[in-house]
Amino acid sequence: MSNVDATQNGAPRKLAWWRSEPAHRLLTFVLVGLVAAVVTGPEGTQSDYAYGLKQSVLKPRVFIYLALALGLWAAYEFGGRQGWGGHVSDQLKPLRAGLRQRANRRNVRIGYALLAIAAIVLPMGLSSFWQAVLVTEIGLYVLLALGLNVVVGFAGLLDLGYIAFYAIGAYLTAYFTGRLPITPPFQLNPFLILPLAVIAALAAGIILGAPTLRLRGDYLAIVTLGFGEIVYQFALIKTDVTGGSSGAFNIPHFSVNLAGVKYMWGLDPLPYYYLVLGFIILVVILFSRLEHSRVGRAWAAIREDEVAASAMGVWTLKYKLMAFAIGASTSGVAGVIYASNVSTVTPDGFLLQNSIIVLVLVIFGGMGSIWGVLLGAALLQYVPEALRDYVPPSDRFIYFGALLIVMMIFRPEGLLPSRRRKFEFALARTGLVEGDALTEPLGGPVAARSSE
Amino acid sequence: MTAPGEVTREAGAADGTRLLEATGLNLRFGGVHSLAGVDLALDRGEVLAVIGPNGAGKTSLFNCLTGVYRPQTGSIRYLTKTGAMLDVIGRKPHQITRLGVARTFQNIRLFAALTALENVKVGVEAGQHTGPVAAMLGMPWARREERESNDRACELLEFVGLTHRTNAVASSLPYGEQRRLEIARGLATDPQILLLDEPAAGTNPSEKRDLEALISSIHRRDVSVLLIEHDMRLVMSVATRVVVLNFGRVIAAGTPEQVQRDPAVIEAYLGSVDDENGAGDAAHG
Repeated sequence: MSNVDATQNGAPRKLAWWRSEPAHRLLTFVLVGLVAAVVTGPEGTQSDYAYGLKQSVLKPRVFIYLALALGLWAAYEFGGRQGWGGHVSDQLKPLRAGLRQRANRRNVRIGYALLAIAAIVLPMGLSSFWQAVLVTEIGLYVLLALGLNVVVGFAGLLDLGYIAFYAIGAYLTAYFTGRLPITPPFQLNPFLILPLAVIAALAAGIILGAPTLRLRGDYLAIVTLGFGEIVYQFALIKTDVTGGSSGAFNIPHFSVNLAGVKYMWGLDPLPYYYLVLGFIILVVILFSRLEHSRVGRAWAAIREDEVAASAMGVWTLKYKLMAFAIGASTSGVAGVIYASNVSTVTPDGFLLQNSIIVLVLVIFGGMGSIWGVLLGAALLQYVPEALRDYVPPSDRFIYFGALLIVMMIFRPEGLLPSRRRKFEFALARTGLVEGDALTEPLGGPVAARSSE
Repeated sequence: MTAPGEVTREAGAADGTRLLEATGLNLRFGGVHSLAGVDLALDRGEVLAVIGPNGAGKTSLFNCLTGVYRPQTGSIRYLTKTGAMLDVIGRKPHQITRLGVARTFQNIRLFAALTALENVKVGVEAGQHTGPVAAMLGMPWARREERESNDRACELLEFVGLTHRTNAVASSLPYGEQRRLEIARGLATDPQILLLDEPAAGTNPSEKRDLEALISSIHRRDVSVLLIEHDMRLVMSVATRVVVLNFGRVIAAGTPEQVQRDPAVIEAYLGSVDDENGAGDAAHG
């Protein structure tokens, strides 16, 4: 994988002072640890601004942070690629290669099966608070992130209004269960709303995309941002249609009554978890196939060089629309499950912030990598919930933000980057192509890079 | 779809069927006249070279022919697979590609992070029909098309001599191999005409010889070639006809020998056409 390493294609990357030498790195870690110790300590008061600082001298908290800093430094120096950790890892290369060869299709299938069983069995032991978190905070956002991954990761289009499709799914559920001020022609079980939500979100995606997908990178981001805001404002202001800021409530749960099988989803989060899990597994299977098909390759081609893709006969607008529509419909499905699970829909759930968080989940996990996005989204959505017990609840998102910053500095390609993305980042470091995968490279009809 | 190696007509024989006819092309960028009334025609079985000093309008011409630029006036007509001549002004590049016109780029534009095989497959799959739903559900015809795409891409990689690089990432290939991969990707769209934009630029002498052989074998596969090239030795050895552009106008046309002796051409190239290498250098300078 390292054959496009920075050193091969030109001058090696010059590292900044603070990470160029072990001693410098140690100093940096210690300083960051000290700052973190002070920041997480008691606040200053009106009469004594330095109170927090004084309370940070020689307290156990400081030593905990220093130990943490030293530990991280040691892990970086000795555990990473640079230190003897990298050496050990090189020594083990033949062994790993051997293992990989033995990991044939059957073993991979067994691995997936074990993973699925773990995902089914483990949540049973959790408290119902955590089960609820698994559904609304983790499960649904994983589903959202997998959908946005098609748009951002596969096709390379930046969508900042993605949560609007989630809202469309949720409000559609409220509408077809008769919980909005306007009366539907007929009422439906949420299960039957799912296909309608797919169609509605698909249509909304195409209506938004058709006129705007000629735009590139940043411009597209602004248009989608505007779209998200329109949907939010509509939900908030059009009280006689959407119920305004109080939204819709008492949305019924999913239920099955088919051929003698009767089941009602209810307040217990576990059945909802299984429903969401089912959709996640389905989406992972379908999108993995998509990624390695003609369609997935066309997306990759568009992402890498739109002019060349077009010259190879790829109808770029059609494929971009397709990505938009597929992403949107996934979001619509998630919206239906969300509305039915929490039984209340208000505009507050569909802010710009939510769109950005979904985008962050995709980038954190590794754009274009289904398993990366799955893992990254689950992990990142778990962090603020887990922090609840350790830090003041209002501070949780400060740590969340810090985690993102650290991640983007040390591993900008995400947790488990896809093979293609890994190369794009490696190439970007050498300056050969643009690595910021969200913006398309300059070019196109206007600047077709002819030297003529 | 012509299978690799299958020759449907006597190798390199021009049968007089007009494949491409461009007349009166005018292309202006603001005050700059990039093309001023260019006429160009290509018959089946030809290797037509377009030469001219830098800034003569060669790549602009290519970009018009492939739909990247839209000329202000003039017409571009291609022979479609049904046998009619179709005016393509205003059509998008992907539509023109589907008429059987493939191209390469002056500065290589491969899909850098895709493997050699995937690059070629993108070209092959332009002519396929699997949609997203069929791909997601793994329908039988989707699987069949995937197999076909694989087979054809492998054949084309073999044709350009890159079998050993099948799974290498495109950007990791040496320069000359990237050029050949781009040609394979172009051929993958099953063209009648292949437009090569300076395929020898930046290649070393041995790569140039390989390229010469490759262009000849493309020609034998019943694909007509339109070639922009500065390397006179290459042009003289592979071209059946040469068109010389200068300041957006055709200043000479004919066989390589005729063009080489044409006073207007000699003047355009600062009088150094007799010295083949000199001509190349003048063009580069």
